[in-house]
Amino acid sequence: MLYRLEPRGERSLFWAYGSPVLAILLTILTMMLIFAALGAPPVKGVETFLIAPVSTLSGLSSLLVRAAPLVMIGAGLALCYRANVWNIGGDGQFIMGALAGGGAALALPNAAFWWAYPLVAALGILGGMGWAGLVAWLRLKFNANEILTSLMLVYIAQLILVWLVTGPWRDPAGFGFPQSAMFGPGVTTPSFGGTTIHLGCVLAPLLALALWQVLGRSVLGFQLRVIGQAPRAARFAGFSNARLTWFALLMSGGLAGLAGFFEVTGPIGQLTATITPGYGFTAVIVAFLGRLHPVGVIFAGLLLALSYLGGDAAQINLNLPNAVTGIFQGVLLFYLLGADVLILHRLRRARPAPEAAA
Amino acid sequence: MSSLKRRSFTGLLGASALAAPGIMRAARADAPLKVGFVYVGPVGDFGWSYQHEMGRKQAQAALGSAVQTSYVDNVDESPACQAVFESMVASGHKLIFGTSFGYMNYMVRVAAQHPEVKFEHCTGYKQAKNLALYNIRYYQGRFVQGVIAGHLSKTGTIGYVASVPVPEVVQGMDAVMLGMQSVNPKARLKFIMVNSWYDPGKEGDAAKALIDQGCDVLTQHTDSPAPLQVAASRNIPAFGEATDMIKFAPHDQLTADINHWGDYYTQRIKDVLAGSWTSTNTWGGFADGMLQMAPFRNMPEPIAQAAQQSVADISAGKNKVFTGPLTDQTGKVFLPAGQTMDDTTLSGLQTLVNGIEGKLG
Repeated sequence: MLYRLEPRGERSLFWAYGSPVLAILLTILTMMLIFAALGAPPVKGVETFLIAPVSTLSGLSSLLVRAAPLVMIGAGLALCYRANVWNIGGDGQFIMGALAGGGAALALPNAAFWWAYPLVAALGILGGMGWAGLVAWLRLKFNANEILTSLMLVYIAQLILVWLVTGPWRDPAGFGFPQSAMFGPGVTTPSFGGTTIHLGCVLAPLLALALWQVLGRSVLGFQLRVIGQAPRAARFAGFSNARLTWFALLMSGGLAGLAGFFEVTGPIGQLTATITPGYGFTAVIVAFLGRLHPVGVIFAGLLLALSYLGGDAAQINLNLPNAVTGIFQGVLLFYLLGADVLILHRLRRARPAPEAAA
Repeated sequence: MSSLKRRSFTGLLGASALAAPGIMRAARADAPLKVGFVYVGPVGDFGWSYQHEMGRKQAQAALGSAVQTSYVDNVDESPACQAVFESMVASGHKLIFGTSFGYMNYMVRVAAQHPEVKFEHCTGYKQAKNLALYNIRYYQGRFVQGVIAGHLSKTGTIGYVASVPVPEVVQGMDAVMLGMQSVNPKARLKFIMVNSWYDPGKEGDAAKALIDQGCDVLTQHTDSPAPLQVAASRNIPAFGEATDMIKFAPHDQLTADINHWGDYYTQRIKDVLAGSWTSTNTWGGFADGMLQMAPFRNMPEPIAQAAQQSVADISAGKNKVFTGPLTDQTGKVFLPAGQTMDDTTLSGLQTLVNGIEGKLG
């Protein structure tokens, strides 16, 4: 029996939301096959991978801690991508936010929380904004491709970080290890109820929702969408490309910088040579899995965070290699891209071709 | 960070497993003790994490059904590791080994929240009531390298591809210098700090630069075989790092130091089974077999014998390596004659001895 793809002629609203769901279901089925092939019971495997990690309070906290930076960076990237601004330097903006906020925090070891914390948080945002602002300036001034500049600036940020923690900012009492002193209590991101859940975990979804309002309800959001989907129309309408590029990059840079600030002043508690396992790059997947929609980004961030914890749980409890995390993410993306075909196309049973017998 | 370093590969499984039938029988009545291991690299790295995994397997084989060990590898030195430690606690592990320096502050936090679980941290310096420390005196092997280099070097200058200026690396450079000067008092040491534990490109470049500056023996405190390979390509004798790297330089590797964790793991698990575990700070070496040297090759027999003698002296405690008089780079005595440096000072060492050229970062 043959099927063929037929253009729908319009976007299917059903499949725009149904395709991620279908992709997740297919991924779970595939994971069961992989678990079976690795000699683990498939149902127990899925349970261990997706449910066990969040069945305890500490697991749930870990999930939120891991998801917070992904959601924050992902929401900013979604905004950029909607405006056709291909910022893939979230990691660099994250690091510069951490450096700006963390550096100020190091200078204020005994400061009072009520004034010092908002100050260093603001510096964290500005650090990320500045790094992304460079990208905007290079694109508008020299027409430099922002994919390249934002990526290259990641490596520069990493080198600055390594230089600072092995040089000027190294903890004098740290026996030469490449790390700063721990931050003082007045500049530490508060966490709640004895768990690792910190202020950033709470703010991340709220910021994503706020961004949704900006995108959906404001003239600015409308302009961003138009400039992304129909740049010529936007130009005829008199929308300022420069203004929107600045807005998208500063917004996403600020969010990434804030995420970096929360990460170092919260879960890490100091500056070290490696403060991100690649959140800025994983957030690209988060943005697309979340349909470039801030609310989608929240769910996508949680799912990808879960896949990390699931890999660890699978290794601890079932002796499976934690590379299943990477497999899960890869399979999920594969099915998502495949299922997205259904948004613009439908499957039709092919009529038997007249000359099929020949 | 400090974990990504020393690789070694040796017949760990052949080591004597001290069985304790009485303890095991007593424990067998209950559910097996769950013991967890957290590694920074992949278990297949044939280096640092691989050596710990060999140790885990040895302990599991020795203790049989009394224990159930599990591990997670590729765990970043980030908040992600805290999640792994917590997840191990949640699934009933009562003894957890973390084998990377960067886990330190996370282990301190998790240990404080779970006083009923015992933790052990490799290479760190923060101890707690339920958080023990363990490490190896790598500098003992470095001294032996220095003795060999002192005999072999014609220019009297050894090159040291250094990683990060932490005490362990400072101890290593000092020990090589002292070993070399025990043979040739005029010996010098040049080093390049690559600020990474693993970066084959930078390591190889550093090796080339050191050879070009007149070093005719090379050693390294980084992970990849790149410096050794550069040395081999220029017919410069060199030392392998933490694993027997002989296959990368069959005609040029002199020896290598090898880490051995299995006996320690077996003993610590037995202590928990027997209820006698306490938070200790273990710093093993030649004497207890935690550090061993790869076979001495590519050198005249008398030099190999001198190296063997040096191992025996250190093992017997006759040579403590850091014994006065020690002078720093300015010629000032920082450890008077007749004194031996205590472990606390040694574990925070940031002073380079006279004869070493260059400054720490």
